[in-house]
Amino acid sequence: MDAKQILSEVGAPVIVFDRVKLAFDDKVVLKDLSFTLIKGHTKIILGASGSGKSTALKIITGLLKADQGVVWVNGQRVDQLTEREMMSVREDLGMIFQEGALFDSLTVRENVGYKLYEETDTPIAEVDKRVKEVLGFVGLGEHIDKMPSELSGGQRRRVAIARAMAFKPSILLYDEATTGLDPITATTVDDEIIKLRDLEGVSSIVVTHQLRDAFYIATHMAVRENGDVKIQEASREKEREAEFIMIRDGLIVFEGDADALRASTDSYIRTFLS
Amino acid sequence: MRLTAATLYGVVTRPIYRHDIVEQLDAIGVGSLTVVLLSGLFTGAALALQSGQTLDQFGARPVVGRLVSASMIKELGPVLTALMLTGRIGSGIAAELGSMMVTDQINALRALGTDPVRKLVVPRMIAGFLMTPILTVVADFVGIVGGWVVARFTLQVNSGLYWSSVTKALYIGDVWMGLIKPFVFGFIIVTIACHVGLRTSGGTAGVGKSTTLSVVAGSVAVIAADFFVTQILMSVLY
Repeated sequence: MDAKQILSEVGAPVIVFDRVKLAFDDKVVLKDLSFTLIKGHTKIILGASGSGKSTALKIITGLLKADQGVVWVNGQRVDQLTEREMMSVREDLGMIFQEGALFDSLTVRENVGYKLYEETDTPIAEVDKRVKEVLGFVGLGEHIDKMPSELSGGQRRRVAIARAMAFKPSILLYDEATTGLDPITATTVDDEIIKLRDLEGVSSIVVTHQLRDAFYIATHMAVRENGDVKIQEASREKEREAEFIMIRDGLIVFEGDADALRASTDSYIRTFLS
Repeated sequence: MRLTAATLYGVVTRPIYRHDIVEQLDAIGVGSLTVVLLSGLFTGAALALQSGQTLDQFGARPVVGRLVSASMIKELGPVLTALMLTGRIGSGIAAELGSMMVTDQINALRALGTDPVRKLVVPRMIAGFLMTPILTVVADFVGIVGGWVVARFTLQVNSGLYWSSVTKALYIGDVWMGLIKPFVFGFIIVTIACHVGLRTSGGTAGVGKSTTLSVVAGSVAVIAADFFVTQILMSVLY
């Protein structure tokens, strides 16, 4: 059985972090990080600022290289790949950066369709169709010809989500996608994350320190009812598919589901949750 | 060195972002035309004024055209154009790439499967390399025209005399020197600006520092390179 067949099965590990270490000069960012993301599941990484959450995402996408340890993404050892070899891994990997990281000089249409326009031979008409489709999915269809500077913070994050999902990756990484947003706007972004997971089958890692958003994503699910998408409370089984990890000083101090996190008696976690 | 090697590799291998190259040719070439025209014109005019006064001491005012053309084509045209471009495009490139660095746009490009060197550096390098010599030729020409305006209306030198002396003093070696230098300068300006821009960190303050560093390092490098390239070309061409 080859890697593709294994990854096509339910419960397959799409991302594996095994004893990953990383330091910048004297500052150790990740001490010994190990976790596995199962296909179609959500891993929510919590932690204070500077705890190494975003660094873990950058290692997955190959933007940073780990000093030690093994990292598997979709059956490929990314810790051993060169920048050029990483391009094939990134074809099935989308990342939403803090603040969106939209290209200032491009319109919303060009931002969302960037990868399809620039890196594939997809006909322009098909790219345009896909761009309109994903912008409709995130509810920003009418903003297609605007520049990023004309959008609000929440709209920018949703355009970033649309850009990351336009080429239909099976894994999405969210780096503080709701930080700095008001609760109502943050909920619209959370809803997009839930919709992508439950309706498109995307495996996701959500890095955040916003507890409200983390629990919302873990405890809600998206369903289609008469053609409309509805966000509702998740079933017990669905809730277990979202697993929390708490990182402190580059080490995992908690791993489990939402109920286990709420029930934790660890003083650091209690402080964090309060 | 690594950036230069990656850029040269990007120039000769696919994918090549053609529309970005055209965009940069326009931004660097057409966009710099006004500043190059003005600086060239006034440099030639000032040169004619200064040299006219000096030549008067030897009764050689009619050969002012020789001095203007030789100085503009061999030295002032290439160096001043390069310095103007360092200020205009060197700062622009460093600020643009620096802003993209600090706002994670470069990482976003990489995450989307694009090599930032191919997408951002190669088009700027090609545009800088090709447009600097063209702009230099333009600056040389308007400089000589500026010299003619002063020679004709201030120094009262006959137009025919001016234009014939412009061509008389020129050797083919001078023309080659004036054409080869800008290729080197264009390459230096863009390489430094891209290198500095892509190493930016520290938020908006970092972007400011990168912009300043790009202009300062670029200007000094152009002047230093001018000395060495002149020395090499003199031994080869004359």
